[in-house]
Amino acid sequence: MFLRGTAGPWGWLTLLLVACAAWASEITFELPDNAKQCFYEEIVQGTKCTLEFQVITGGHYDVDCRLEGPDGAVLYKEMKKQYDSFTFTASRNGTYKFCFSNEFSTFTHKTVYFDFQVGEDPPLFPSENRATALTQMESACVSIHEALKSVIDYQTHFRLREAQGRSRAEDLNTRVAYWSIGEAIILLVVSIGQVFLLKSFFSDKRTTTTHVAS
Amino acid sequence: LALYFHIGEREEKCIIEDIPSDTLVVGNYKVQRWDIHKHDFLESAPGLGMFVTVTSPSGEVLLSKLYGPQGTFSFTSYLSGEHIICFQSNSTRFAVTAGSKLRIHLDIRVGEHFLDESAIQAKDKVNEVNVRLEHLIEQIHHVTKEQDYEREREEKFRKTSEETNSNILWWAIAQTVILISVGIWQIKSLRDFFISKKLV
Repeated sequence: MFLRGTAGPWGWLTLLLVACAAWASEITFELPDNAKQCFYEEIVQGTKCTLEFQVITGGHYDVDCRLEGPDGAVLYKEMKKQYDSFTFTASRNGTYKFCFSNEFSTFTHKTVYFDFQVGEDPPLFPSENRATALTQMESACVSIHEALKSVIDYQTHFRLREAQGRSRAEDLNTRVAYWSIGEAIILLVVSIGQVFLLKSFFSDKRTTTTHVAS
Repeated sequence: LALYFHIGEREEKCIIEDIPSDTLVVGNYKVQRWDIHKHDFLESAPGLGMFVTVTSPSGEVLLSKLYGPQGTFSFTSYLSGEHIICFQSNSTRFAVTAGSKLRIHLDIRVGEHFLDESAIQAKDKVNEVNVRLEHLIEQIHHVTKEQDYEREREEKFRKTSEETNSNILWWAIAQTVILISVGIWQIKSLRDFFISKKLV
C-alpha cells in the first residue's frame, strides 16, 4: 500500500495496523509449457483469505492449482481447472504457498490470472476515535464504496471472460485460414497427380505389350 | 509487501497488465538473495539490483531502469492494451556456479486507488468525507475508462468472429468451384489422352 504524507506517530501506528489487516494481489502472468510457478504469502492465524484464478489464453484454457498450508497440508488441489474460487480461514500462522502447474501440456503456454485476497478491507470510517454514529454523508460514502468494489469485481470477471472468448475466436480464425489454404493445395495436388498417374499406367502398358509381342 | 515468489538468479520474470490508456500503475518490490551458507534469504544484499522494463502494447519500451534491492516504480499507459512488466536482476554471476535463487516480493496497483491518509488524519469531519468522496470519484473514473476499453476489445472480438464467419463462407464457395473445375479438367484430359492413344 502506498502511503504518503506526514502524520503524528499514533496516526502512523493505527494506519500500519489497519494496513496489515487486508491485502489483495492480482497478477496476470505467462506460464510456459511444462512449467510450474509458485507464490508464497505469510498469513496470520484467523484471517479469512480468498484465492481466485482463471486461465485466459492457451490450449484448453486449463491449469492445475494447489494450495498448501505452512505445515505442508494440502488445502486445495484441482487438476485441469479453467476457473475457480476458494475461500479459507488460516488455521495457523505461517507461509502459505499456492502453485499453478502446466506440466501436463507439451507445447502450449498459458496465461493465468489470479487474485489472492487476505483479510477483509479496513472500514472506511474506523470506529476507534468516534463519539457519534456515522453521519448520513459517511454512510452514503460507505455504501457507494461497497457498490463500487462490487462493480470493479464484476468488471474484472467480465474482462477476463471476454479475453478468453477473444483468444478462442482468434485461434479459430487462424485455424480456418490454415485449413482452407492447406485443403486447397491438397485438392489440387491430388487431382492433378491422379490424372498424371493414370496416364503413366497406360503409357507403361503400351511398352510392355509391344515388348512381349516381339 | 506480502506476496512473493522465487526466480533463478539470471532469469527474467514478466507479468502482464491489460489496462486502458491514461492509467497510472505503481509497483512496489523487494528482492532478497539466497545465501548458501546461512540457508536463508539475506535481509539485504549489497550491490543487488533489479532491472525493471515496461513494454507497451505497440512494443515501445516505456520504462527501463535499474533499481536497488527495494524500490517503487510507476508508469502511465498511453495506449490501451497489454503492458508487460519484466524483472531481471543485475547479477553477473552464473547460475550454475552461484546456485542461487532470488525471492521477489511484489505489489502492483493499477488505477488511482491511493488514499491520502495525511488528510484523513486531520480530525476535520468535513475534510475526511471530502477526501473519501474524491477517492470514490477517482474509482468511478477508473471504472469508466475500463468500460470504454472493454467496448474496444469487444468490437475487436466481434470483428474477428465475423471475419471467421465470412472466411468459412468464401472457403466453401471456393472449394466447390475448385472441385467442379478440377473434375471437368480431369475428365477432359483423360478423354483427350485415351483418344490420342486410340483406346476409345
